[in-house]
Amino acid sequence: MGNPMLNAEPARAPVPPRLKGSLASRLWRHRKEYLAISPFYILFAIFGLFPIAFSMYLSFQKWDGIGRMSYNGVNNYRFMLTDPEFWRAVGNTLLIWIYSTVPMLFLALAVAFLLNSSFVRFRTFYRIGYFMPNVTSLVAVAIVFGTIFSNNYGLLNYVLNLMGLNSIEWLNKTWGIQLAVSVMVIWRWAGYNAIIYLAGLQSIPSVLYEAAKIDGASTVQSFFRITIPNLRPIILFTLITSTIGGMQIFTEPQVLAGNDGGVSGGGLTIVLYLYREAFIHNYFGYGAAVGWGMFVLIAIFSIVNGLFVQGGPTRGQGVK
Amino acid sequence: MATRTKSVLLHIGLAIGLLISIFPFYWLLVMATRTTSDIYSFPPKLWFGTQLLDNIGRVFDNVDFFGAFWNTLFVASACTLLVLFFDSLAGFTFAKFDFPGKKMLFVLLLATMMAPSQLSLVPSFVIMAKFGWVGTFKALIIPGMANAFGIFWIRQYAQESVPSELLDAGRIDGCGFLRLYWNVALPILRPALSFLGAFTFIGAWNDYLWPLIILTDERKYTLQVALASLNGIYVTDYSMVIAGTLLAVIPLILLFLFISKQFISDIAAGAIKS
Repeated sequence: MGNPMLNAEPARAPVPPRLKGSLASRLWRHRKEYLAISPFYILFAIFGLFPIAFSMYLSFQKWDGIGRMSYNGVNNYRFMLTDPEFWRAVGNTLLIWIYSTVPMLFLALAVAFLLNSSFVRFRTFYRIGYFMPNVTSLVAVAIVFGTIFSNNYGLLNYVLNLMGLNSIEWLNKTWGIQLAVSVMVIWRWAGYNAIIYLAGLQSIPSVLYEAAKIDGASTVQSFFRITIPNLRPIILFTLITSTIGGMQIFTEPQVLAGNDGGVSGGGLTIVLYLYREAFIHNYFGYGAAVGWGMFVLIAIFSIVNGLFVQGGPTRGQGVK
Repeated sequence: MATRTKSVLLHIGLAIGLLISIFPFYWLLVMATRTTSDIYSFPPKLWFGTQLLDNIGRVFDNVDFFGAFWNTLFVASACTLLVLFFDSLAGFTFAKFDFPGKKMLFVLLLATMMAPSQLSLVPSFVIMAKFGWVGTFKALIIPGMANAFGIFWIRQYAQESVPSELLDAGRIDGCGFLRLYWNVALPILRPALSFLGAFTFIGAWNDYLWPLIILTDERKYTLQVALASLNGIYVTDYSMVIAGTLLAVIPLILLFLFISKQFISDIAAGAIKS
């Protein structure tokens, strides 16, 4: 890269053949390196880039996946924006995302703090236990939680009855199924995020806390002025990953309540809606359009997240 | 003494959390040893029954469990081996060699991590159909056999741990590019490879949406797809579904327990780095 000869050359015209040869020979000399890194780029071009471009084209077509494609203008998009089911799915997804992400990240932070205390023994043991839900398959998790949230004789209804309350048909109610899905998400990801926060906490130099102590800072003060600011990039990371994950929730509601997201439709998330329209109803062009709708939503949310974490808590604090 | 109380409270808090994390596994185990009417009985049976072998027997009668198991094992192993090979080759090259356009290519690689995968669910399927790969394992294995995260991960590790002097010494001894990769770098990269391998294997084992779309023939079902279809069909024989679930979960839990300590710290390190 640092070849001054080569950098100076493009200004000179016409390019002498000797130079063309030297660039080519420079590339040729590194052919093994290019070959070694090429599989990723080739695969990405075929299975990443091309589908994105193709989905743009497809979203303007009417196609059932078998017959002929026909140009459909913006009708797919128009239908999407006026379909109450689509907006229902967007709303469901957002609600499930809020119900799950907020408690999950708080729980994760709390667990990380407990684990980070200097007098915890068996830390490894706890970490393994907390992390185990994360490696378990979602289908299995959904089946097990299905028996806990079961409409009639589930574990949860038994607990309600013990407390003198009536059973609830969890999976038939909009909020019930959203709660069930959120609980699964929390159960699966709180430990994972706790482990990440714990690593973040451990990377904060203890000198900072000692200095604050000498200056007479209380535990609460050092929490807000040392811990939170230092943890901010990691909190942002977990927030972004939970947003991307939350927008793509599919398996939990699909296994729990089927392709319509339950009797009430409360479990119909965006990806489930996309899956149903494209692969059950065979509206391929429409499915592609929904994919773009989802992309816009994720982009908006990621930006909002970024602003939220960068703004909010820092203001008015002279840290850093 | 105040520390003592604090420590007790701390352990109570952690233990409650741990109990919640573990309970569904215990509940799964209990249900798998019970009859369907036990599962839905009030009060619930919270201790083990005697039906485990019976339930498992009915799993084998109703679905080709071993078929699905081998399918999953094959797909997950193939994904893992290919990812390890292609990612380590590329990661090592990015870490230890200079070539024109390297920086730009690496930035491009990182940028692809932002590309949303669900967006291309439909067109990816269409491409698979064009290739004639629908219903085959190729569609599950080939698209993901080199990925940006793994290349990034290996590159970070290789930069820190593969000494350039060692590569120079290898060159003097007449090692070519491939020999340097295979004989010098790979042995050093082993810790990074074992994490990437476990991560890939677990992901492939648990994958559901893409196999659900791609696999059309029951004989090719992976465990997750087979399990979901079992769950959808046999509502009345739920203890059998639960036993199948248990069988599908056990191999991965064992694998995880075996590698957990290193795996968890690598997950955390990966998050902090990115």
